[in-house]
Amino acid sequence: MQTLESEIEVTQQPELPRAAPGRALQYSRAFAGLFLRDLHVLRREIWPFLIRVCMNPLLFLFVFTYIMPHMSGGAAMNPTAAMAGVNFSTVLLPGLMAVAIMFSGIAAVALPLAQEFGITREIDDRVMCPLPVAAVAIEKVCFSAVQSMVAAAVVFPLAYYVPATPVYAHVRSWPFLILVLALASLTSGALGLVIGTSVKPQQIGLIFGVVVMPITFLGCVYYPWAKLNTMPWLQHLVLINPIVYMSEGLRAALTPTLPHMHLALILTMLIFFLVLLTTVGIRGFLRRVIG
Amino acid sequence: MGNGASRDLAVIVQVQGLRKVYEGKQRVIAVDGIDLGVREGELYGLLGPNGAGKTTTISICTTRALPTAGKVRIAGVDVVASPSAARRCMGIVPQYNTLDRACTIYENIHFHCLYFGFSRAEARQRTSQLLEQFHLSERADAYPAQLSGGLAQRVQIARAIAHRPKVLFLDEPSAGLDPQSRIAMWEAVSRLREEGITVVLTTHYMEEADELCDRVAIIDHGKILVEDTPAALKSSVGAQKVYALDLSNRDGTAALTEQLKQMQGVRSVESMPGGVRVFADNADGLLPEIVEASSPYGLRDLTITESSLETVFIRLTGRDLRE
Repeated sequence: MQTLESEIEVTQQPELPRAAPGRALQYSRAFAGLFLRDLHVLRREIWPFLIRVCMNPLLFLFVFTYIMPHMSGGAAMNPTAAMAGVNFSTVLLPGLMAVAIMFSGIAAVALPLAQEFGITREIDDRVMCPLPVAAVAIEKVCFSAVQSMVAAAVVFPLAYYVPATPVYAHVRSWPFLILVLALASLTSGALGLVIGTSVKPQQIGLIFGVVVMPITFLGCVYYPWAKLNTMPWLQHLVLINPIVYMSEGLRAALTPTLPHMHLALILTMLIFFLVLLTTVGIRGFLRRVIG
Repeated sequence: MGNGASRDLAVIVQVQGLRKVYEGKQRVIAVDGIDLGVREGELYGLLGPNGAGKTTTISICTTRALPTAGKVRIAGVDVVASPSAARRCMGIVPQYNTLDRACTIYENIHFHCLYFGFSRAEARQRTSQLLEQFHLSERADAYPAQLSGGLAQRVQIARAIAHRPKVLFLDEPSAGLDPQSRIAMWEAVSRLREEGITVVLTTHYMEEADELCDRVAIIDHGKILVEDTPAALKSSVGAQKVYALDLSNRDGTAALTEQLKQMQGVRSVESMPGGVRVFADNADGLLPEIVEASSPYGLRDLTITESSLETVFIRLTGRDLRE
């Protein structure tokens, strides 16, 4: 009898559940697993990703800073540039990076979430990972931040080399640039989380018209914030738009010859929006996945 | 005595006083005070019609919904207090396909292992082993969208047990499967018990509960009506056949009921909407007798149900499982 029992024990040994690791280790492994999975999927779809990231800034730069300046009387056809008063290509470099960061945040979080909450319910599987549910949402924001940084990095050479007129870029402080990039990328991921969790899957297309386009066009992307001083109501209104601080932050970090907001204000507001959007996003995420 | 204590110890899924109320325009009581205990290694079934509260119960057990009241412990871990720890002890196959559409079958299982803290080498080994075990090796590089319902279901089961959980929850595992896939799924689930995995499944197919489960709880309107082994449940009806008589003339059903009760082999008779229901033994010649007796009352249709969990359900609720 005893031998039988010991035999059973031996044969069952490999099937025994794994010893529970420390909680922190368990969470970080699950988090790393989720991150690796996203990285793996992105790597497989790297070309569609790069094309998506390149198209908007490339076309924008090509039309406004290459074709138009080559036309006779191009400046007259380009009132934005005329208003900006300075080299429009230089204005666009940080602006288009901000747009790329924001678009990536939405494409990497809001769109997949809409799908995962919708028909496929794939999110249910991710939520069953052995870590707090909020961490699943945070992982999405972090991974989206990585994509945003890649997108910003891709825009830089485009915005530097495509324009027909020279671009005056100068990194005054690398730590500041990296900090702004990281904060802007995380904030855009958090914005994607808010959109993805608060909008019905079938309405996600509408969001582009109602939210994404307005915050882009009123996000000081195509003009520095200081130049809005002739329209004080607008200059104050756009302060509620997180994209403003992304473009102004990158402007301060990359093209310091242009007017820009105070650095402390930029960082404070980026942190404020990051905390606000992350909190709202996680709350929405929990509401959507836990009945 | 000692025996009782060891039985208590062996309870791996413990549900106590579980309630779930959805507040809203329409207040819905999905689960209304459920108590149950599933023993280690058992194949346990929650049988009931759609909307009985089975899926809600499973969702709470698997940390995807919060109870209004009550406690659930999986392997001693409170699912509300420490959901992440509880998830390590359980695997779940939901009603719908939640496979990662962006990953292949191999990657689905591989990444699942990584989420649960396996090293890459361990994950590779476990994935290959599971693909082999579930006869999926040939489809390892296929994407979920390319799989049939039955195959996708198998992948979901393989993935759910990849981290060697103690308990596997299957929510309506045969919903939407063709009969052949359903039998293949039954075989796969039966084999899990050889690995010592406790299985809790929900179903509204009585054959499934009958065929697979060691114990069955019949659930309706968020309450457990009865819980026992399929054999004990069936014998509790005390009849082998149920004759449902659809009558056009219902005025004389009282007289007919009396008449039917006198017949040899009839255990009991009760009225149902549209006619009467006769619980009877397998007596020769009973069928023509019943037909003859009920003809004057305008017998329109006659349904005979062999003794099954279905008859138990009819007995308890006066309704059909499919209603």
